[in-house]
Amino acid sequence: MSTTPVLAVEMTGITKAFSGVPVLREVGFELSVGEVHALAGENGAGKSTLMKILQGVYQRDGGDVKVAGELVSLPDTFAARSAGIGMVFQEFSLIPTLTVWENIFLTAEPMGRFGLINDSLAREKAEAIFSDMGVSVDVTAQLENLPTALWQLTEIAKALAQNARVLIMDEPTASLAKHETNALFELIERLQARGISIIYISHRMDEVYRVADRITVLRDGRNALTAKLSDVTPAQIVAAIVGREMSGIMAHEDRSAQISKEAVMTVTGLASGKNLSNITFDLHRGEILGLAGLMGSGRTELVNTLFGIDRATAGTITMNGTTVSIRNPKHAISLGLALIPEDRRAQGLVLEHSVQENITLPLLDELKSGPLLGNAKIFARAAEIIGKFSIKVADQTMPVSKLSGGNQQKVVIGKWLGTDPDILMMDEPTAGVDIGTKKEILAMVRQIADDGKAVIIISSELPELLSVSDRILVLRDGEVIRDLARADIPSEEFLQLAVQGA
Amino acid sequence: MSTLTGQMTRSFRFVQRFDWRKNIIYVGFVVVLILFAVFLGDSGFTTANNLLNIARQTATISIMAVAMTFVIATAEIDLSIGSVAGLSSVVSALALSSYGLVAGILAGLLVGLVVGAVNGGLVALLKVPSFLVTLGMLGLVVGLARWITASAPVPIADDIFIQTFGGGDVAGIPSLLIWAVVIVALGAVVMNKTKFGRQVRATGGNTQSAMFTGVNTARIKFYVLMLSGVVAAIAGMLYAGRLQSGRFQWGTGDELSVIAAVILGGTSLFGGRGAIIGSLFGALFIGLVNNGLILAGLDVSQQQVVRGAIIIVAVALSSKKVSR
Repeated sequence: MSTTPVLAVEMTGITKAFSGVPVLREVGFELSVGEVHALAGENGAGKSTLMKILQGVYQRDGGDVKVAGELVSLPDTFAARSAGIGMVFQEFSLIPTLTVWENIFLTAEPMGRFGLINDSLAREKAEAIFSDMGVSVDVTAQLENLPTALWQLTEIAKALAQNARVLIMDEPTASLAKHETNALFELIERLQARGISIIYISHRMDEVYRVADRITVLRDGRNALTAKLSDVTPAQIVAAIVGREMSGIMAHEDRSAQISKEAVMTVTGLASGKNLSNITFDLHRGEILGLAGLMGSGRTELVNTLFGIDRATAGTITMNGTTVSIRNPKHAISLGLALIPEDRRAQGLVLEHSVQENITLPLLDELKSGPLLGNAKIFARAAEIIGKFSIKVADQTMPVSKLSGGNQQKVVIGKWLGTDPDILMMDEPTAGVDIGTKKEILAMVRQIADDGKAVIIISSELPELLSVSDRILVLRDGEVIRDLARADIPSEEFLQLAVQGA
Repeated sequence: MSTLTGQMTRSFRFVQRFDWRKNIIYVGFVVVLILFAVFLGDSGFTTANNLLNIARQTATISIMAVAMTFVIATAEIDLSIGSVAGLSSVVSALALSSYGLVAGILAGLLVGLVVGAVNGGLVALLKVPSFLVTLGMLGLVVGLARWITASAPVPIADDIFIQTFGGGDVAGIPSLLIWAVVIVALGAVVMNKTKFGRQVRATGGNTQSAMFTGVNTARIKFYVLMLSGVVAAIAGMLYAGRLQSGRFQWGTGDELSVIAAVILGGTSLFGGRGAIIGSLFGALFIGLVNNGLILAGLDVSQQQVVRGAIIIVAVALSSKKVSR
């Protein structure tokens, strides 16, 4: 043991570019032994790229990484793991059909005689790990029968079984209930006391203050802030996350003249199981309503409930003066609702099918000539929608998979507008598109609202939400905690603080 | 009164918690056994001879079901096993008559090894779906078997071969049964007690997770498909030994009985699970039904209809997940 304190992890001058676009520019990060160090930043700030470099998933273009004082090259995930870096809360490292202990020791099973696995030893070791962690888990239970909180504990146990000295936790509380979150924080303290260092990625300010010693904020691939939490205020952290300059193209347009007094939908006391409770709001014709909140705050659950995917367990929904009970998506569509889901590739488009087929899929009834589909009608209808939203496509019979992400998203929006809904709901419509396309999609959203439709839009990117919304509901833990008119939001920081509940 | 309610609640919970998918095969097996014993007892169903017969007739299906359990546990499928059995029976018989016993056995095994390796290579390296690869292989292998024999049976006269592969007895126990017991036992140990078995189930349970944990999933898929080919070749030689000839027809259609046996046994087509003993009982169940229907005096067409219906019902029950 040397007398000078050795850092658990020291990353200096890390640079990384993807196809020429720099994502990390000379980023530094350090983690002391037994420290909990929070890592924050907006989507695309470079957090996950930095962590993937530490885990050996990506290779850095430049810079040095030291683990426990020694320079390491981290060519792959195995090298990172043997250096003592453990990733937890990536659900894709567990096998649901195996038991807890089988998962913990997968590929590292304790062996007995004849090359057979020593089951009882493995079980004892697994139980010992959990009792060290101070939790009791039935290690023989099949993972798929256990709640998410126990999946996370299993991930931690698995990392500890591999002698991890550094744990990376990515939004670990996103799917936890309150008491489970408290149990996790207590566990983190116990791990810290044993000299385990933790990198804690979270947007939740209260959690960061509760659990972390220091925070590092990244913005646009650069270090924006590193400080002890005892030395910074939430407002300073948010300022570092957001940055001072507001990009001009994200300016807000006042649309209040376009919004009618008439409510197309009134929601009162809506609840859905454990995910939503006591949701109340009005939605007006011509209005764009933004939903802000962290992952797991209930944004997606709210639109899913309105669309009949999740079941409403309490409350009323009134549309155009009549109370409705929305049974399923088909029923929701017939009531004039449309939902563009978050994962458009999985849920919104048939990628191998042509642009034309995708656009006209919800309209087949109206495009029939007798029992057969009318090709000319389909062509004309698709061309109309493509023209209206200036979707860049050389030939409407080419497969959607050939289009860029932004144009795919326009096809999805065009597809649902074809059904002429009164209320269009969009979950993260600009996820994964470039800034130019983002601007076009936001213009498209405004145009839709100008045509007299009501729009509900979910976005994690607050500048975008501030740019397009006329009103913003802030959700947290399944409840609406703020209902803000756009004019009452002075700055992005203000909204950021509301979202993070600081 | 309250204790009675307590007991009832407890037994109700047991019914709810009882894992039907895992255990339906044992329930079904016992129920069908009792039904046949009651209704077909007079037709000789319960005689030791008949029961032994059932075990003997299902031995090859049981053996192939062991390998198929590994394949299905990785969420793949092997449709070529029946025709591999046929090809191995004729190749083995041909080599036997020209080059002797050792060559005959090695040639038969080689058929399974080569076909299995090709299947596995295409699936693991080129990522071709195993359904398509092995479907194509099914036709290719049957064609090959017919081609090299001009569709004629190849007689086998070697006594040791016949004794070893399915024709003989050891201390009064049919060698077929010994083969089945050994392979089932080996399969159960490998599936449950070795790293390989664990990695097979991990591969099928969630391929991406398994890869992130350091399981070489491509290699696992290659091995299980190769294993399936080799085991099918052994089954082919067991047919050849028992029926004292190699014929391209041996094993025809067995892939369907084998897959049905595996699914009946509680292994999920979606992968991640592998119940070797369940597969054995699945095979025995199918054998029981076949035997019972013959004893009941149904003609072949009626047998087919009833057998198909029973299998559909049983598979539907075994794949039903009772909500918790």
